[in-house]
Amino acid sequence: MKSDIILAGVGGQGILSIAAVVGMAALENHLYLKQAEVHGMSQRGGAVQSHLRISEREIASDLIPEGRADIIISVEPMESLRYLPWLSENGWLVTNTTPFVNITDYPDMKMLLAEIEKLPHNIAINADEIARQVKSPRSSNMVVLGAASPFIDIPYQSLENGIKKIFERKGKKIVQLNIDALKAGRDFSASHMK
Amino acid sequence: MEKLLLLGAEAIAQGAIDGGMSGVYAYPGTPSTEITEYVQHNKIAIERKLHSQWSTNEKTAMEAGLGMSYAGKRAMVCMKHVGLNVAADAFINSAITGVNGGLIVTVADDPSMHSSQNEQDSRFFGKFAMIPILEPANQQEAYDMAYEGFELSEKLKIPIMMRITTRLSHSRAGIETRPMKQENKLKYPEDPIQFVLLPSNARKRYKGLLGLQSLMEQEAERSSFNTYYPARNKSIGIIACGIAFNYLMENYPDRKFPHPVLQLGQYPLPFSKVEKIVNECEHVLILEDGYPLVEEMLKGYLDKNSKIKGRFDGSIPRDGELNPDIVAKALGLEVKAGKIIPSIVADRPPELCAGCAHRDIYLALNETMKEFGKQKVFSDIGCYTLGALPPWNSINSCVDMGASITMAKGAADAGVHPAIAVIGDSTFTHSGMTALLDAIVENTPVTIIISDNGTTGMTGGQASHATGRLEEICIGLGVKPEHVRVLTPLPKYHDEMVNVLREEMLYEGVSVVIPRRECIQTLGRSKKDVKVKMEKVLK
Ligand code: SF4
Repeated sequence: MKSDIILAGVGGQGILSIAAVVGMAALENHLYLKQAEVHGMSQRGGAVQSHLRISEREIASDLIPEGRADIIISVEPMESLRYLPWLSENGWLVTNTTPFVNITDYPDMKMLLAEIEKLPHNIAINADEIARQVKSPRSSNMVVLGAASPFIDIPYQSLENGIKKIFERKGKKIVQLNIDALKAGRDFSASHMK
Repeated sequence: MEKLLLLGAEAIAQGAIDGGMSGVYAYPGTPSTEITEYVQHNKIAIERKLHSQWSTNEKTAMEAGLGMSYAGKRAMVCMKHVGLNVAADAFINSAITGVNGGLIVTVADDPSMHSSQNEQDSRFFGKFAMIPILEPANQQEAYDMAYEGFELSEKLKIPIMMRITTRLSHSRAGIETRPMKQENKLKYPEDPIQFVLLPSNARKRYKGLLGLQSLMEQEAERSSFNTYYPARNKSIGIIACGIAFNYLMENYPDRKFPHPVLQLGQYPLPFSKVEKIVNECEHVLILEDGYPLVEEMLKGYLDKNSKIKGRFDGSIPRDGELNPDIVAKALGLEVKAGKIIPSIVADRPPELCAGCAHRDIYLALNETMKEFGKQKVFSDIGCYTLGALPPWNSINSCVDMGASITMAKGAADAGVHPAIAVIGDSTFTHSGMTALLDAIVENTPVTIIISDNGTTGMTGGQASHATGRLEEICIGLGVKPEHVRVLTPLPKYHDEMVNVLREEMLYEGVSVVIPRRECIQTLGRSKKDVKVKMEKVLK
């Protein structure tokens, strides 16, 4: 088993929390893990990505080779496309469709969604909207993770356990809101898988 | 023994703590910051009262680390590669004084310049100082080298350099820890004038350092970090330094190398192992993340037709970080072509946070500069460097820590008026104070804007040594009190800021303008601690 995942987003959008939850879940299943982060200058509202590798076997490189990622998980639609060179032929692209517009030349949304739809395996989810529906508006990142969860080779329950561990210091309510968000994302995927 | 999930930087910190370190000295700099931050938050380190406060700059850090070593205890000094330039004076001389307690200088290089001004390779500095260099391939080795490095340092009585790159520093993996060692007791150097580098003594010490070189080579020869993997197919041999070994392994799972491989993790070069691979293989490919240091050593200048391959002959790109694909290409292995990025994907450069105080001062500065003409604003290294990009386009230089003030002075000496420097509070104490003194001595007409956000914002909000004492420092250095002007950078004070800036720019002497408002990131954090920590124990 191996999952090579590219996490994508904009600095400050919470991709490191996604990585933390998946990381915890990997630990629970005694898997090897490597996760490369971006720190420093690029975090100030710039494009950020993280390579997250999980495997039964020891992992060599901290970076995923091009064309080999099993999944791109993105919390922002344009950012999901920036890392296509890494996506494998049969890889899944799972992305939030709510744009983060902090540049003047942000592309037309229709064209963006059309590009995403071109991919044979994609899940485009309005995670912000779904997060609002489950009354957890700040957990859209967990909605996206939930939507991606069917494609990550880790038991779903372990992701929930990961959320419990990562957010336990913030109290039961926050934990539950994040689990609700995760679940809502997963349900969306189940009904939208092609 | 326990298993921890740690960033490479954190693994180094944990290794140093477990290895009996008594203190870490550093100035924050990406990608080295997390080493010191880890020590600051580590339970054992807090219990043991290990020193972990930030230093004013890398030179003071290096000197303090040397002082701790002088007292017989184990110390680590951490910095990013350009920080080593600042510490170079003390660093090079520490190789001559030698050490008493073990001393590890950890330097994090940034090939591909993820957040730096250049790519410089610190191994050259280690070689220049003629000390051993340790270069981990992965997080576990980073831990092990920090753990064992103090002993190597004490055995040779020489500081050790540990060199990592951004990728390893900022990547997380599981590591196994080792039994915790006790700290050293206080103990003074046996040779009373060892640390006195008067010429007569320095000459003696330098000879000693030269005499140690063969011992260092023997250590490298024996080191478990330098491993030879024999193989049948000798059409090519591979020397893989540090993290490059990972990228090599990615292409040959389970370490099944068809070609002889020398994994290099400890310098000086292990001579017999290098000789063996060069002699037995038709070609030798050198994989190193950073400059072609080993390649140049093996190739020399005259051997144009050499069998040595690497960055010089184009087998590997001349600049930028390594990765598994580059290594695969150099070995003639299959590289999967990924999909193409759709053309509608626009660049998304970093920018100042919404609500950042630097924004307000740049707006005011831009308006003031309409009267004086552009191209007269020198700036420095920090979040505010982003003021060089649209929509601000406010600043015209960023060279090294502190250069804004001295460059403005030089420009003023050339006749530029007004000559303006924009510098942050932390950068100012790092290297701006001495620059300011230069301007004061000659009463050079410069206007220095110290944009005071009460923190070291760029690297994530570490304490700034200027906090609470900025005006006193400036006045103490000799700026006239009436030309130290404190402002509140908010849109509602825009006109007032423009007026004050104009007044001080017209003044024919040294003036300091201090716009002061806390970084909104640290402000948010002190309100509610929302930092998610992933460092957890797995049993
Ligand atoms: S981190 Fe602080 S100083 Fe840096 S851009 Fe953001 S608000 Fe400004």
